[in-house]
Amino acid sequence: MAIKPLLTKDFATENLEQLKVYERTGGYAGFKKALEMQPDALVDMVKKSGLRGRGGAGFPTGNKWSFLPKGVYPRYLVCNADESEPGCFKDRYLMEESPHQVLEGILIASYAIGCNLAFIYIRGEYLPQHEALENAIDEARQAGYLGKNVLGKGYDIDVILHRGAGAYICGEETAMLTSLEGYRGEPRLKPPFPAVKGLYGKPTVVNNVETVANLPHIVLNGADWFKAIGTPTGSGTRLWCMSGHVNRPGNYEMENGTPIRELIEDHGGGVWKNRKLKAFQPGGASMMVLLPEHLDVGLDFDAIQKAGSLAGAGAMVVMDETTCMVDAARRYVKFFEHESCGKCTPCREGTYWMANIFDRFEGGEAKPGDIDLLLDIGYNIDGRSFCPLGDASTWFPRSVIKFFRDEFQEHISEKGCPFKKVAQEAVA
Amino acid sequence: MPLAKPTVTQIQDLAARYPSKQSAIIPALWAVQHEQGYVTEEAMAEIAQHLGLPPSLIEATASFYSMFLTRPEGRHDVVICINAPCMLRGADETVAYLERQLGVRDGGTTADGAITWHSTIECLGACGGAPMMQVDHRFEENLTPERIDAIIERLRKEPAPHAAAPKRAEAIAPAKPEKVRAATRPRAKKVQD
Repeated sequence: MAIKPLLTKDFATENLEQLKVYERTGGYAGFKKALEMQPDALVDMVKKSGLRGRGGAGFPTGNKWSFLPKGVYPRYLVCNADESEPGCFKDRYLMEESPHQVLEGILIASYAIGCNLAFIYIRGEYLPQHEALENAIDEARQAGYLGKNVLGKGYDIDVILHRGAGAYICGEETAMLTSLEGYRGEPRLKPPFPAVKGLYGKPTVVNNVETVANLPHIVLNGADWFKAIGTPTGSGTRLWCMSGHVNRPGNYEMENGTPIRELIEDHGGGVWKNRKLKAFQPGGASMMVLLPEHLDVGLDFDAIQKAGSLAGAGAMVVMDETTCMVDAARRYVKFFEHESCGKCTPCREGTYWMANIFDRFEGGEAKPGDIDLLLDIGYNIDGRSFCPLGDASTWFPRSVIKFFRDEFQEHISEKGCPFKKVAQEAVA
Repeated sequence: MPLAKPTVTQIQDLAARYPSKQSAIIPALWAVQHEQGYVTEEAMAEIAQHLGLPPSLIEATASFYSMFLTRPEGRHDVVICINAPCMLRGADETVAYLERQLGVRDGGTTADGAITWHSTIECLGACGGAPMMQVDHRFEENLTPERIDAIIERLRKEPAPHAAAPKRAEAIAPAKPEKVRAATRPRAKKVQD
């Protein structure tokens, strides 16, 4: 399948982060066209386009917008730029290379849902990206795309860039709203969903950076044009963040449905050091591991789910034959332990317990019952946590136990990590 | 140390900008950290006063977020990721090298007060350039021993990145880090009382 770059089509243009350059590539034409339309028509257009949220869950964007209760104002749009899923670095790339594309998307979404104050919640670690967006907002304000009576069309919109301060949980939409309100970033009970009762108790839409970056293109080219790209249930393209044991890691924009093999072998240059592929993980830290036999699965929400994992936020972590799957799972579990907000017991205690057991495996102190104990703890976290952080902390380790149980056994019988021993012997 | 006037003005502007003044807490904490290098209990009380909120609210929020520092650190901040995607490309070896070159353990500050470094399990969003680290919140990717050496050499010479940071460097007593820590953590004592 041929690649049709959409979001990244102009990324080779120098100084694309500047307003004038962005306008020369057709920038803000989508927003201008949107302002000529009725907001409801815009919502319908996005619904018809089949655009699904790029933050991880893949929820249809137009549907999310249409859940806002009629006649309740003010309404807010929050752009989720708190990208923190291990393995993901796509939103960072979009904000760095073309901050105006993101901002234009925010303006279109705001207009469509009738919002006059939008927020961008950006993770604290993304300082250069914060600066790029800050400049873009300033430029757009001066050019009249932002502020009172935008482009003389009687629409007011302001955007506040809000910097987080190092909490993965704030990427979860209700935790993000709590954090934006100034509190500790703990998730809230759903329902009520943010669309009904979100920021400051008002109707709120939370959309991912990549999701909104698609909007200018959809508005300019139409819903049918967008629908024709990708698969029937997964319109458009996605940015895939490839990392790990490949020759050319980085961001690749792929048409939805393209086989995973094409991404890893053609674009990533295959597994590095002439080694064999052992496993790969789509979606990011949360998602289940897949095997070489899954290489022909399409890069698409539904296809990857059918194969037993989830496309999540578009990461592709590649692992070669020398990878210790136990250690990889240990890192992720420790990550979730570190990032658990502490609000609910299954996640707070469960991730801590799992991390301890994983340390036992790597430290050569694991006991024969520890594999089943991990599965049991995982079972008791998943579906019993307050928010998806706890659930997701169990998916990768449980899938690794399913496919690589013998590696756990080896850690027990050899009293430590067999892969580290091989590496040390090679050095000696 | 009372907050500088521009910081106070900034906090007041923030309070007016958001629909709720409480939303200004995190940006206000950033403003204070930007000025003073870290956030003391005294500064949190001052934020509370300017926002018209109880100090406990400011502390509750500040203590949740890992990027707010409660004690002075080195002039430069180096954070290196050891999560799985970085591990696959040699983050552990990079951490060992950095530790050897700096001569201080994870979480420590070099004797000259130039660099505080720590490894983190929190992904920093540069898996495609692993092994990586953030130096004063800016990305350094595809690290090699030579690149690390060059970065360390540069940081040892460079002043702190923020305008008001020399104050922060003065505040450091590298010989007595434990004393500094005790002085900025009075809260534990209160609980004992």
